[in-house]
Amino acid sequence: MSTASLHSEHHTHDHHDHHHKESFISKYVFSMDHKMISKQFLITGIIMGILGMTMSMLFRLQLAWPDEQFGILQTLLGKWAVDGKLDPNFYMGLVTIHGTIMVFYVLTAGLSGTFSNLLIPLQVGARDMASPFMNMLSYWFFFMSSVVLTISVFIETGPASGGWTVYPPLSALEKAMPGSGLGMTLWLVAIALFIVSSLLGGINYISTVLNMRTKGMSMNRMPLTIWAFFFTAVLGLLSFPVLLGAALFLIFDRSFGTSFYLSDIYLEGVGALENIGGSPILYQHLFWFLGHPEVYIILMPALGITSEVISTNARKPIFGYTAMIISLMGISFLSFIVWGHHMFITGMNPFLGSVFMILTLIIAVPSAVKVFNYLTTLWRGNLRFNPAMLFSIGLVSFFISGGLTGIYLGNAALDIQLHDSYFVVAHFHLVMGSAAIFGMFAGIYHWFPKMYGRMLNQNLGYFHFWLTFIAAYLVFFPMHFMGLAGVPRRYYMFTLVKDFEIWGDTNKLITVAALVGGFAQLLFLYNFFYSMFRGKKATQNPWGSNTLEWSTPVEHLHGNWPGEIPTVYRGPYEYSRPDREEDFFPQYVPDESAPEVLEPVKTKSAPQTEEVKETEESTVFFAAIKKVFGLS
Amino acid sequence: MANSTQAAFEKQPMWAGGRSPFNVSYGKLMMWIFLLSDAFTFSSLLVQYGAQRFSNVVSPVTTKWPDPASIFNHFPFIHGVHLPLLFVSVMTFILIASSVTMVLAVEAGHRNSRKEVEKYMILTIIGGAMFLGCQAWEWYTFIHEGARLHSNMFGITEQGYAHLSKIDFGDPFHWADGDRTNGPVPFAALFFIVTGFHGFHVFSGVVINVVVYIMTVRGVFEKRGHYEMIEKAGLYWHFVDLVWVFVFTFFYLI
Repeated sequence: MSTASLHSEHHTHDHHDHHHKESFISKYVFSMDHKMISKQFLITGIIMGILGMTMSMLFRLQLAWPDEQFGILQTLLGKWAVDGKLDPNFYMGLVTIHGTIMVFYVLTAGLSGTFSNLLIPLQVGARDMASPFMNMLSYWFFFMSSVVLTISVFIETGPASGGWTVYPPLSALEKAMPGSGLGMTLWLVAIALFIVSSLLGGINYISTVLNMRTKGMSMNRMPLTIWAFFFTAVLGLLSFPVLLGAALFLIFDRSFGTSFYLSDIYLEGVGALENIGGSPILYQHLFWFLGHPEVYIILMPALGITSEVISTNARKPIFGYTAMIISLMGISFLSFIVWGHHMFITGMNPFLGSVFMILTLIIAVPSAVKVFNYLTTLWRGNLRFNPAMLFSIGLVSFFISGGLTGIYLGNAALDIQLHDSYFVVAHFHLVMGSAAIFGMFAGIYHWFPKMYGRMLNQNLGYFHFWLTFIAAYLVFFPMHFMGLAGVPRRYYMFTLVKDFEIWGDTNKLITVAALVGGFAQLLFLYNFFYSMFRGKKATQNPWGSNTLEWSTPVEHLHGNWPGEIPTVYRGPYEYSRPDREEDFFPQYVPDESAPEVLEPVKTKSAPQTEEVKETEESTVFFAAIKKVFGLS
Repeated sequence: MANSTQAAFEKQPMWAGGRSPFNVSYGKLMMWIFLLSDAFTFSSLLVQYGAQRFSNVVSPVTTKWPDPASIFNHFPFIHGVHLPLLFVSVMTFILIASSVTMVLAVEAGHRNSRKEVEKYMILTIIGGAMFLGCQAWEWYTFIHEGARLHSNMFGITEQGYAHLSKIDFGDPFHWADGDRTNGPVPFAALFFIVTGFHGFHVFSGVVINVVVYIMTVRGVFEKRGHYEMIEKAGLYWHFVDLVWVFVFTFFYLI
């Protein structure tokens, strides 16, 4: 991606002088350019995704054919699959690491790391992140974390195996299960590194959004992607530290003999351990204080991407721009006070349970606002069904079907039956797993031209979408019925339990569908890597989109815009305006027919003093905050 | 290579126009955001403390939780005298005094008075180092008294309370046999983790302050024309002080 030709044309900025001195190391490895860092996040996320998906295939094979012997498994896994049968301990390890990878590494770092990095500077009109150096550190902490977690799969005692939530005492006592030894230690190290990475990234995202917008880009003209990334970063920033606290106590319990989470425990039926006075429930409180915002950290970037893609490809303004922001805000706020719904059956006070239940059900309101706004945006639009659009519509579909079961699970009484059953697995794989990964795919298909300057193959994209969409429903929909019948999650095999034998065929169907879904991802990978080098060259603005990122040259350059950063004149979703010839009206194109209006909202010409120049709402809001913190 | 890229960034204008909503530099904003996040880390630690402590409440008046005033009643070089919370008050005073000198350094920075910034920064660093030294002594004494991560012998029996009630501030005092019993196990562990985590923050603060001091002495900020870095270090330092106020209140006072 040489930018030499562009340099000779635009040498107004002195930073270009440094450009050609960039070595391989500073350009591709320790890069401080947000576009390169976003690609690094994406590729690492994809590699982790392949790992996580392969693991799910392995345990799906076990669940479908528990008595079958797969010679290939022994070849691949050696001691973990003696005679081609998966080892029960390794099964637990696979389930745990699959969850950890998918939740943290693919859908948190892979999704918001990639698209926050790519889009925040490009869409708000900044040369780079607030601190490019911290941004680089953020990626490398994430990379180290990924390496440590991957290593933990290959050690002799196996990876952490107590489930991705690593509840004590399973995780606190080294003797509890093989994975609780070194594997668990490595898990904690990996997560600690991950928290550092997410903190460095989050600080950067927030300050870039707040502080580095271009001229005219007021908060109420920001694309909804940016709003979503902004709230996501706030959630991560406030919830990950609590996980750090929880992990700190866990480390002390594991290694230094404290009893924060341990009390009255008998190992192998002989004699109680010395640990008394602790409470494992407290770990759950601390964990889910992170854990619940975490599911919105996963979902909200996908929702933001969907807003952008749906509006662009329906050639219509997004329905209810302000409502979308307020619902994001509502979801963010509520996500901090509903963690108890993961703990209804821990012996929680029923009154407290009903408080958590009501708060949980209230989340349905902002979620429904978002869904209806997507549907009304689609309603009578000039829909263009390119792969990005299909994946966005797929997200809406999963968000509805998975969200509805959330209303069941949020009920404290129903949860007694459904807790830790396949119903839960079905619910969250649809509403946050599939929905978020579809949002990520939508983002990749939509912004691939921006990232690599080339187009993805559309036909492969269609195959990828339909196979994945059908496979995902075939995998997760039957699980609802299994869960309602009481089939518990995380079991190694069901043939030993007579009541569950009838689910054998369902399990086979699910596994076959999962394998088809996995095959579809190979199409995507081929498309992705092939198009990166050989794809059709992208044009400047291939989707006819309004936002600022499409005003940058196709060839990347450090600092994003060769000359001045464009000024923003209007909101991001002005599609199909009746007074315009073209069906889109980019934010950065001035309106020739109207006098130039730089300030977003004209104030009623009140006498303006030096101090109070603007009375725009956000300004007042920030002025109040400034006053509180004494920043002015 | 990496340096040249960064240098390139420092030269170009980061804020391209319009108005910056917070009207602060991104660096200061980042510090605020980081402190907000750090506040949640400390909150999670203090929530753990609260949960453990409340689970040991027996009735509105009695608790199995040890009485901090009867444990932290030592002072260096004065043996066998009951001086509850005197030493920790001195520690707290030192830390808060170092916050005052930090404010003075920031203020001197606003006036671009390099000599004064240097003076007040060195005072702040000394204050921080003294606090850390005091904490080391506090930990040493506490461990010497028998504090362990996996047990707690600081519980007080009724006989012990009767004994304590006869002792005034400054009286000679030694525990008698049967005064003490086993108390809730996590007591000392919580103390070490929370004050340790805070102490780690103070230590980082001192390191930051030393770095900033060296930069001041070398005239980096004078060349830059502003002393904003002192303000950022100051924000962190005040935050660490504020956290100590909470830690002090929770562990020593109530």
